[in-house]
Amino acid sequence: MEAFTTLTGIAAPLDRSNVDTDAIIPKQFLRKIERTGFGKHLFHEWRYLDYEGTKENPDFILNKEPFRKAKILLARDNFGCGSSREHAPWALADFGFRCIIAPSFADIFYNNCIKNGILLVKLKADDVDELFAVSAFGKSGLIAVDLDKQVVGAASKKFSFEIDPFNKECLLKGLDQVGWTLQFSSKIDDFEATMAKDKPWLK
Amino acid sequence: MGKTMYQKIWDAHLVHEDKATASLIYVDRQLVHEVTSPQAFEGLRISGRKIRCTQKTFATMDHNVPTKSKDLSLASTTSRTQMDQLKKNCDEFGVRCFDLNDEDHGVVHIIGPELGITQPGMVIVCGDSHTATHGAFGALAFGIGTSEVEHVMATQTLQQKTSRTMLININGVLGEGVTPKDVVLYIIGLIGTAGATGYVIEYAGDVITAMSMEGRMTVCNMSIEAGARGGMIAPDEKTFTYLQGRDYAPKGSDWVKAVTYWKTLTSDKDAVFDKVIHIKAEDIRPQVTWGTSPGQVTSVDNVVPDPESFKDPTEKIAAANALRYMDLKPGMKITDIKIDVVFIGSCTNGRIEDLRAASEVIKGRKVAAGVQALIVPGSGRVKRQAEREGLDKIFMAAGCEWRHAGCSMCLAMNDDQLTPGQRCAATSNRNFEGRQGPGGRTHLVSPEMAAAAAVTGQITDIREFLLGKKG
Repeated sequence: MEAFTTLTGIAAPLDRSNVDTDAIIPKQFLRKIERTGFGKHLFHEWRYLDYEGTKENPDFILNKEPFRKAKILLARDNFGCGSSREHAPWALADFGFRCIIAPSFADIFYNNCIKNGILLVKLKADDVDELFAVSAFGKSGLIAVDLDKQVVGAASKKFSFEIDPFNKECLLKGLDQVGWTLQFSSKIDDFEATMAKDKPWLK
Repeated sequence: MGKTMYQKIWDAHLVHEDKATASLIYVDRQLVHEVTSPQAFEGLRISGRKIRCTQKTFATMDHNVPTKSKDLSLASTTSRTQMDQLKKNCDEFGVRCFDLNDEDHGVVHIIGPELGITQPGMVIVCGDSHTATHGAFGALAFGIGTSEVEHVMATQTLQQKTSRTMLININGVLGEGVTPKDVVLYIIGLIGTAGATGYVIEYAGDVITAMSMEGRMTVCNMSIEAGARGGMIAPDEKTFTYLQGRDYAPKGSDWVKAVTYWKTLTSDKDAVFDKVIHIKAEDIRPQVTWGTSPGQVTSVDNVVPDPESFKDPTEKIAAANALRYMDLKPGMKITDIKIDVVFIGSCTNGRIEDLRAASEVIKGRKVAAGVQALIVPGSGRVKRQAEREGLDKIFMAAGCEWRHAGCSMCLAMNDDQLTPGQRCAATSNRNFEGRQGPGGRTHLVSPEMAAAAAVTGQITDIREFLLGKKG
């Protein structure tokens, strides 16, 4: 997993609440058996005018300059709700997003993003409103994110955010989480031995 | 202070506790399907890891499968690749796979319980957000992403933080025509689609106690639609009776030991929940979604709401967007909504009891002209049971299509899809934009309401239908 330390970039504002993972990546693109190549299908139904995805919808934010190169996505409440598909963060990352800022995120989506090196920043709705205003300046409205300091900076303002310390460490180091867990292999062995004795039907 | 059922299961599965970093909880069973697993198997292959407990891992193909026939050559090439890959992966890693030709094949959340894989007190995960279904047995069950699927495959554990707990008490007696689906839709409407984010819900009260196992599964199934990590119901005699004798359920002395343990799982009387909600059964009427999020729901005897009636500006915009997509006008009676397609099936309502309920409504009647009605059993077993009871004949005589098991038009990954602009009364769980096919419009309802809509060609109040006023 790619480490996340700091990021400065253009932020694309997506002014919708309850954006679900079906909207982030529709089901017809979930048939691949790889983790790559999902970016061109990101927000497919909003981004394109045709089913094949050949005609861009000029009104959609990611089809406007300079937001085609956005690295930060600004969103509203409950972003990433619905299906557990990790294809959603794969598509966001493949497009180039490394950070999403919103007042709230859906639970499974949050975990999936952390596992893919995408930082999710939860800020108060009023603060997100301010960032939406900054993002309207496009190239001159850059937003800076510093994970170690837990600060988002935009214009002359700074917003602090909270993050679980373990998630922070995983992101900062780009940690292999399976590897982290395997250091406790003997504890897992012990747990299984006790379970086999006490709850034999679970073996 | 007593413990909640969630805390008891959590404590019994704690392998490693570290509040500063992450705790590891043990996973008793992992269920796998073709869409969210290929990259996890590939991850194991790249890192040279194996599946730690193949006997605790079960796979099925459901999201992509064709339902018109079991002929895989009818599926699209990419769908077929994914299904072939699952079989290949399961063979290589030694996992039991209920493939399309297995007579016990079916939707992952239907076959887990019916095979007795799902048991009280277990931690069960699956790369699918509707995994909370299994919570109906008093298990801690939740959906995970593909990276976590790989993590469980390699370690049989998950890094977790404890969730907050929410008790939803539903007391009283449900009115005629009000089903478990209406109960859960009502709850989502009440608390909102993010109302339970960060929580595990325990459903309790007279209504839940009186509910069948199938009904309890319907309720737990849609916990994610309220944002919850999981939903669970205390195991009782009904749970044990359902499980006894099932293929993977404990046998002999193990059964006796297991039941003794399962009886200890119930939340203690003095357990404290982080949040408690009380609902009166009498307040719940048959529910219909009008928007593009399951929380955009109302009673069948209401009208389509005016976006201006929402105080919250975000909800106001969301409602306006939804009405535009759904092509509905504020003030229109819900029962005036005409439909083109009816879908009865899915992990929410694809069990035998759902098909029985729908067939009761449709028996001796005809599907309205111009309406397509798909009946998709949740599993091979459900299908065979329905056929033994003659339900297939009732459906087909009415003009419904009787299909093979699969997820089908719940998420429309196979060729069962709405065309743009088509409107569907569906027993599934999500009414998102394009969920049932690009441009398709979904109204979530109970199996009884879906069947009534098939007959009348429009959203119909099942209570009036049952009284003979409609249809």
